[in-house]
Amino acid sequence: MRVALFIPCYIDAFFPEVGIATLELLERLGVDVHYPLDQTCCGQPMANNGCQDDAAGTEKLFVKNFAGFDHIVTPSGSCAHHVREHLTAIPQDAKVAKLRRSTYELVEFLHDVLKVPEFPWAKFSHKVGLHIGCASLRELRQAKMSEISEPPFSKPLDLLSKVKGIQVVTPKRPDECCGFGGTFSVFEEPVSARMGYDKVNDHRNAGAQYIVSQDMSCLMHQKGCAERLGVDMKFIHIAQVLNGARA
Amino acid sequence: MEPAHEALERSLRMSKRVDHAEASSRFIAAKDHIEFHDQRLWDLRQKRDRESEEIPEWQELRSLASAIKEHTLTHLADYLEQFEQNATKNGVRVHWAKDAAEHNQIVIDILSSHGVRTLVKSKSMLTDECEMGPFLGNRGIEIIETDLGERIQQLDGEPPSHIVVPAVHKLRTDVAQVFARTIGTDPKNSDVPYLAESQRRHTRPYYLKAEAGMTGANFAVAETGSVVVCTNEGNADLSVNLPKLYLASIGIEKIIPRVEHLGVFVRLLSRSALGSPITQITSHFRAPRDGTEMHVVLLDNGRSERLGMADFWYSLKCIRCGACLNTCPVYRRSGGLSYGATYSGPIGVIIDPTFNLRKYSSLPFASTLNGSCTHVCPVKINIHEQIFKWRQIIAERNQLPMVKKEAMKMAGKVLASPMLYRAAVKAANAGLEYLPRSMVYNPLNAWGRQREVPKTPGTTFREWYLKNRRNKK
Repeated sequence: MRVALFIPCYIDAFFPEVGIATLELLERLGVDVHYPLDQTCCGQPMANNGCQDDAAGTEKLFVKNFAGFDHIVTPSGSCAHHVREHLTAIPQDAKVAKLRRSTYELVEFLHDVLKVPEFPWAKFSHKVGLHIGCASLRELRQAKMSEISEPPFSKPLDLLSKVKGIQVVTPKRPDECCGFGGTFSVFEEPVSARMGYDKVNDHRNAGAQYIVSQDMSCLMHQKGCAERLGVDMKFIHIAQVLNGARA
Repeated sequence: MEPAHEALERSLRMSKRVDHAEASSRFIAAKDHIEFHDQRLWDLRQKRDRESEEIPEWQELRSLASAIKEHTLTHLADYLEQFEQNATKNGVRVHWAKDAAEHNQIVIDILSSHGVRTLVKSKSMLTDECEMGPFLGNRGIEIIETDLGERIQQLDGEPPSHIVVPAVHKLRTDVAQVFARTIGTDPKNSDVPYLAESQRRHTRPYYLKAEAGMTGANFAVAETGSVVVCTNEGNADLSVNLPKLYLASIGIEKIIPRVEHLGVFVRLLSRSALGSPITQITSHFRAPRDGTEMHVVLLDNGRSERLGMADFWYSLKCIRCGACLNTCPVYRRSGGLSYGATYSGPIGVIIDPTFNLRKYSSLPFASTLNGSCTHVCPVKINIHEQIFKWRQIIAERNQLPMVKKEAMKMAGKVLASPMLYRAAVKAANAGLEYLPRSMVYNPLNAWGRQREVPKTPGTTFREWYLKNRRNKK
C-alpha cells in the first residue's frame, strides 16, 4: 500500500511539527509513506471564494503530484473534503475520480482504513477539549453532530480514548463553528474573531488546558484569539497527541 | 404608477452593495446586545434539538416534507390553478401578481375601492419583500402591525431582523424606550408583561377601527383553496375576523397539494422554529364570512425564475421557520439587520442574490460553510452547498471586491507553481520574522486586529523532510 502524504500549505509553512508528527505516526504504523516534493495546496482557498478559474492550476498540480497512489492522507479535514467533494475546477477523468475517492483525512484513515487498535507510545496527561472542524464533522461525518439525533459516535474520540492519561472535557457548545472559515477570517474579521473568542472561552470554562483538533487551521485561529485574550491555553494537533507528544 | 421620487429612492437603495462585515462590527460593539442575541437564539436551537429528538421519525418527516415540496414545485402551475379554482368556488377572489409593483397595485386598488383608511396586519415577510408598508403609507393608508415583534419594529422604524422573532435583537429595555416614545409607556418600566399588555391595549381599538385586515400565509392548500396561518398571539384571527375585508398575500411557493400534507409540515414548523410542538393557533381561512370579502394575492416576484435555476430551485422549499438563522453562528453574532435584506441568515444568503446580485454579492461570503443550517432545515434545503455555488456565480459575474479578486488571482498563480510557492513561503516567513510589530498588526491587516499571528517556525515541513528523510529513501 503506497500512501502519499499531503501536507497543506499552511501546515508546511507555519506548523511543520504537525507534518512531522503525521509522517512519524504513519511510519510507526508501518505505512509506506511518500511525500511528493512538488506539492503546494489543494485549491480550496480559491474554490471557496468561487474562483474556479484561479483554482484550476493548483488542482491540476495536485493531481500531478498525487495520482497513482493507493491512498492520499492529509492532517486536515477541510482539505480532504475539498479534494473529495469540490475538486471540480479541472476536467474530471478516471484518474481524477480515483484520486478524489482515495483521499483521506488522517483520523478517518487511522480509524477506518488502518483500524489502529492501540497507540502504546501515546500518553497525554492533561485536560483537553476536542475541537472537530466543521468539514470533519458535517462533511466527512466523523462524529455525531448535534443537529441530527442519532446514536453517539466519534472517530477522533475513539482514537483519543487509546491515549493514556488523557481527560476529555466537554464545552457547552462542542460542535459550534469556531469562526475560522478560510478567507472568512479576514474578510469577515469582526464575526470571525468574536466566534473565536466565544469558542476559546467555552473551552476554558469547561476546564480545558489543551484544545486538540484534526484541523490546524481552526487551531491557528483559536490560538491567535486566546493569545490576544490572554487566555492561558495550549493548542495541539491530534497527530501530535497520537504520535506520543507529552505536552 | 410609482411617483418619480419613490422610484429614485428605490433605485438608490437597490444599487448600494451591502457591507455585511462593517454592519456586523457595529452589532458586535454592543456587548449586552450580542450576548443576549446569541444566547436567546442558541436557546431556541437547543429547544429545537430536544423537540426533534422526541420524535423518532424526525428524519423521515424531513424527507417527506422535502419530497412533498419538490413534487409540488415541479407541478407548480397545476397546483396553483387548482388552488385558484377551489378558492374561487369558496367565494374568494384570487389575484395574480407578477412582481412587487403589481402586488402593491392590486392591494391599493382593493383597499381604495372599499374606502379603507386603516389596515390591521399580521406578520408577513412577503409584504416586507414588496416594501408594501411605505407604498401604502404614501397613499394615505395607516398600517397597524399586530404581531408584537413586528409592532415593536414598526414603531421603531426598522424592518424585522428575524423571520420568526422580528425584534430578537432588542433588549426589553430597548422596547421600553420605543414604547415610551411611541405609545406612552413608562420608559423606566421594562417589565415584559407590562410592555406586552401595553401594546395589546394600544392595538386592540385598531381591530375595531380598521376597515380591512391582512395576513401572509404559511401554507395554501390546493385541494381546498384554503389559506393556513400559524401564529402564537391570535392577532391574525382578529385581523381576519373583525374587519369586513380580508386580504392574504401569498408567495406561489407556499402551495401544498392536500390538507393531509399539513400533518407533516405543522409537526415540523414550530418545532424547528421555536422548539415548541405546535403554534398556539393554526387558522384555516377558507371562505369569506357572510357580508364580507376575502381576497388572495398570489405573488411570483422572481420565484418562477428561481424555479428554473438548476442549482438554486431547492430554496423554494423553504417554509420560513427560521431554524437556519437560529443555528447560524454568523447570524447570531451579526444580527439580521446586518444583511441589509428582507431575508437574513443562511436562507437569506441564498435567496437575496436572486433579487439583486450586485447589492447582495457580499452575503454568500458571510458564512464559514460550517453546514449547520443544512442539517437543521426541516425541508432539507442544502443551504451551505448553495452558498458555495453562489460564490461561483458572483465570481463569474465579476462581482467580487477588487482586493479579493486580485488576491485569488495571485494565490492561484503562486499555488499552481511549486517554485513560486516555495519562494512565497520563504518571503512570508522572513516578513513575519523581521517586520516590526506595528506593520504586522496595522489596521489593514484584518487577521491581526483581534488575533495574534502565528509564529514562524524558521523551517518548513518540506525543508525538514529533505534534511531528515530524503537521503534515506
